[in-house]
Amino acid sequence: MEESMQIETKVRAESGTESGPRGASCTLRHFACEQNLLSRPDGSASFLQGVAEKSRERLIRNTCEAVVLGALHPRTSITVVLQVISDAGSLLACCLNAACMALVDAGVPMRALFCGVTCALDSDGTLMLDPTAKQEKEARAVLTFALDSVERKLLMSTTKGLYSDTELQQCLAAAQAASQHVFRFYRESLQRRYSKS
Amino acid sequence: MAAGFKTVEPLEYYRRFLKENCRPDGRELGEFRTTTVNVGSIGTADGSSLVKLGNTTVICGIKAEFGAPPTDAPDKGYIVPNVDLSPLCSWRFRSGPPGEEAQVASQFIADVIENSQIIQKEDLCISPGKLAWVLYCDLICLNHDGNILDACTFALLAALKNVQLPEVNINEETALAEVNLKKKSYLNIRTHPVATSFAVFDDTLLIVDPTEEEEHLATGTLTVVTDEEGKLCCLHKPGGSGLTGAKLQDCMSRAVTRHKEVKKLMDEVFKSMKPK
Repeated sequence: MEESMQIETKVRAESGTESGPRGASCTLRHFACEQNLLSRPDGSASFLQGVAEKSRERLIRNTCEAVVLGALHPRTSITVVLQVISDAGSLLACCLNAACMALVDAGVPMRALFCGVTCALDSDGTLMLDPTAKQEKEARAVLTFALDSVERKLLMSTTKGLYSDTELQQCLAAAQAASQHVFRFYRESLQRRYSKS
Repeated sequence: MAAGFKTVEPLEYYRRFLKENCRPDGRELGEFRTTTVNVGSIGTADGSSLVKLGNTTVICGIKAEFGAPPTDAPDKGYIVPNVDLSPLCSWRFRSGPPGEEAQVASQFIADVIENSQIIQKEDLCISPGKLAWVLYCDLICLNHDGNILDACTFALLAALKNVQLPEVNINEETALAEVNLKKKSYLNIRTHPVATSFAVFDDTLLIVDPTEEEEHLATGTLTVVTDEEGKLCCLHKPGGSGLTGAKLQDCMSRAVTRHKEVKKLMDEVFKSMKPK
């Protein structure tokens, strides 16, 4: 039959690993995941109201669907529940990181890990990685990318504001470089966890 | 024989065509379906348009009403888009509250309006803090054969260009609005955002303007919205297989070409409507 295991994990950045020049924390929020596996997640977690949330849910769901090896677990359901504890900017990127860590924690077979990186462009074209809420508001454009761990390909992208083609390529390159930090952080935190037990 | 193979192995059937760099309906990988647009056909709406992208048909109707401006932006009006995907357009939808695809499409259109600044919301204000125009944009899909986002964006743009708002004066004594229906003016459309959608097949091939079948078989989709200066208003890639930077660059150049095609079509349509 179905086994349902609820796994809750809190991962906090202890060492100075960050995803941007600011040295901001990579705090992952509290997340919970029910361990039922399905080739296609059973719709989105309908705990949020509003159209903007639905759109965000779909982005996260589609990114997870692209990496999870669903064919190995037919007729099962994965529900990823993301609870926002505090929003200090770069929310979608943080949700993606949390979702990835939760899937790893649950032991869901995936073809790659993924991470979310946010880029903000201000009015004179300066690039800022992992912007705070204030920086996001004042920025001319905010771009959020989800990148995979194998070849740093672009899995998901959503953008706000106007920007040029060259700026997009610059942001993508910066995000790819930053994603290395995030993946290293994943590896380190997993190593720390499993070395204790 | 071919029909049987198509039912049993749709993906293999498609791959055979893609290997020859074409698609079952005879198009090339970078070719759009025939686009037709009809403007101003709905008499009861303040602005309207009908766009057909092959079989995909979207009709947009815009109604302007009065409303109080938001308290945090007293000199701005509202533009409220709503995409309606009903069982009429495809067997996939059920009647009732808007499903996920409709909500995502509505959010996408709202983002395009916001990001591209197609209309300055300040233009919609009549009296700061008291009265402003609210433009309700209803996009109704009559036939869903894939690539709904491109069709909706185009329909919205054409309808907004068609909107005529009457002149409104606030009478100081009675503080009521006086509408002069005889004097109407067009909206000031600042940019022309055009959406180009791609479907990703087998993680490598990119095809433009997917039909509904192609959307189902694809492993990912990508929508790029460009304006006339080649700037991007929106890069919408909701998950799916990964893309490298070089592939993105190809998509960008195709999107810029598409923008020129659409702009030319729209200019022709509006020029032919000029003597009114």
